[in-house]
Amino acid sequence: MHRILSFLLALVLAACAGAPQRGTGDLGLVIERANGHVTLVDTTSRQPYARIGGLGDLSHASAVYSRDGRYAFVFGRDGGLTKIDMLEAKVVKRVIQSGNAIGGSISQDGRIVVAQNYTPGGIKAFDAETLELLSEVPAEFAPGQFSKVVGLADSSGNRFAYALFDGGEIWVSDFSDPRRPVTQRFPAGRQPYDGLVTPDGRYFLAGLFGEDGVAMLDLWQPEKGARKILENYGRGQEKLPVFKMPHLRGWSVAQGKAYLPAIGRHEVLVVDVATWKEVGRIPVRGQPVFVMARPDGRQVWVNFAFPDNANVDVIDTLAGQVVQRMTPGKGILHMEFTPRGEQVWLSARDDHKVLIYDTANFQRIGEIAAESPSGIFFTTRAARIGF
Amino acid sequence: MSANSVIFAVFLMSTATIAAAQPPVSPDAARQRELVHLVRQDCGSCHGMTLQGGLGPALLPNSLKDKPQEGLVATIYFGRPGTPMPPWKQFMSEAEAEWLVQQLLNGLPQ
Repeated sequence: MHRILSFLLALVLAACAGAPQRGTGDLGLVIERANGHVTLVDTTSRQPYARIGGLGDLSHASAVYSRDGRYAFVFGRDGGLTKIDMLEAKVVKRVIQSGNAIGGSISQDGRIVVAQNYTPGGIKAFDAETLELLSEVPAEFAPGQFSKVVGLADSSGNRFAYALFDGGEIWVSDFSDPRRPVTQRFPAGRQPYDGLVTPDGRYFLAGLFGEDGVAMLDLWQPEKGARKILENYGRGQEKLPVFKMPHLRGWSVAQGKAYLPAIGRHEVLVVDVATWKEVGRIPVRGQPVFVMARPDGRQVWVNFAFPDNANVDVIDTLAGQVVQRMTPGKGILHMEFTPRGEQVWLSARDDHKVLIYDTANFQRIGEIAAESPSGIFFTTRAARIGF
Repeated sequence: MSANSVIFAVFLMSTATIAAAQPPVSPDAARQRELVHLVRQDCGSCHGMTLQGGLGPALLPNSLKDKPQEGLVATIYFGRPGTPMPPWKQFMSEAEAEWLVQQLLNGLPQ
């Protein structure tokens, strides 16, 4: 009798529990850009565990996470904003919020998701719970003129910094009252193409395409205005053609130095973050797109624009030079490190694979099938400033 | 010479340069697939994989139909200084750029 009771009790418990409980710290998603799917992945087992479709045009998509890492917010090119439950592996909410979007960010308190848009140019804030539209800031930099918005990044106090490609300005919008944002404007320079916030949340940097240099705003003292750093890094030499815009979101800072992609030069620029002066440049095998530090800062991985996008160069920050030149696959679009950096995942678009490498010895330790994979986003991003 | 005839002369010269480079023959089927892949995947970085625009303008038939064809070919081949549009001449011939413009105007195959 006792045995039968325990058996029944076990049955009841099993039925209540459903799926085994688990955390989200080792999960992530891979954008499959060609067909509107995302593949959900587990970085411990190095395997996919679900695939979700119906996300629209993901040809330039990115994702941010709720502070508990449970929900991903995926921003699609077509203005789609999709909230995904990483544990139940399903779409919980989806809205079309604009005509043409480029990405987004989530507030410090996790309550506001902000999308940045090309058409109509501006940003829109949504309730992270319901995806209800809270407010918007049109990027009208001159009467009747709207700019494409790039480089949106979150900062302290539910503020968001971003740059106006056509307007040549950095804007900071304070969403302390999410329905009534207050925006400050700062002249930045010609054609900012992307932006980033430093890991401490203090500085917003906007890379400039229209001139040699980077605009920088101290978010702790915005009243001082934006200033230029790395001015004239091209030294007046003719630029090489840029077949894909670099992305700054992969921001690398290691040993007090920042590593940034040059524009129109096959170089990574090295900047001292105490003085914001250039202290070196490292030749690489193409126009850098992502220049990303391993979480411990010992290595910086670099991928490249077309036609050199089969290559990946790895810089050792102690040696200050490239120590590994790899050709891992066709169309390497993105790289993402596991939380402590022992693995890096690379998307090989034209091989339809995600490649997993051991960062200590550069050996391939796994791969996952995915159709035209692009962005890889792990839940660790939930805890980072500027994402 | 009136302003109009200057413009016409420049127009003739530009079409002559393009026409003289190579006769407008279609690339073979394999090359056509390569070119379409290039447009969707790599031009798509800025113009969107579905060509509805991004940092660069849309490349759909409706958005291109009022633009002079020679100008479109020249934009692909030589790029457009002062904008992020780079020259693609190291990756294709002028005839191939012309073929691509035709495809874009008719709606690019998948």
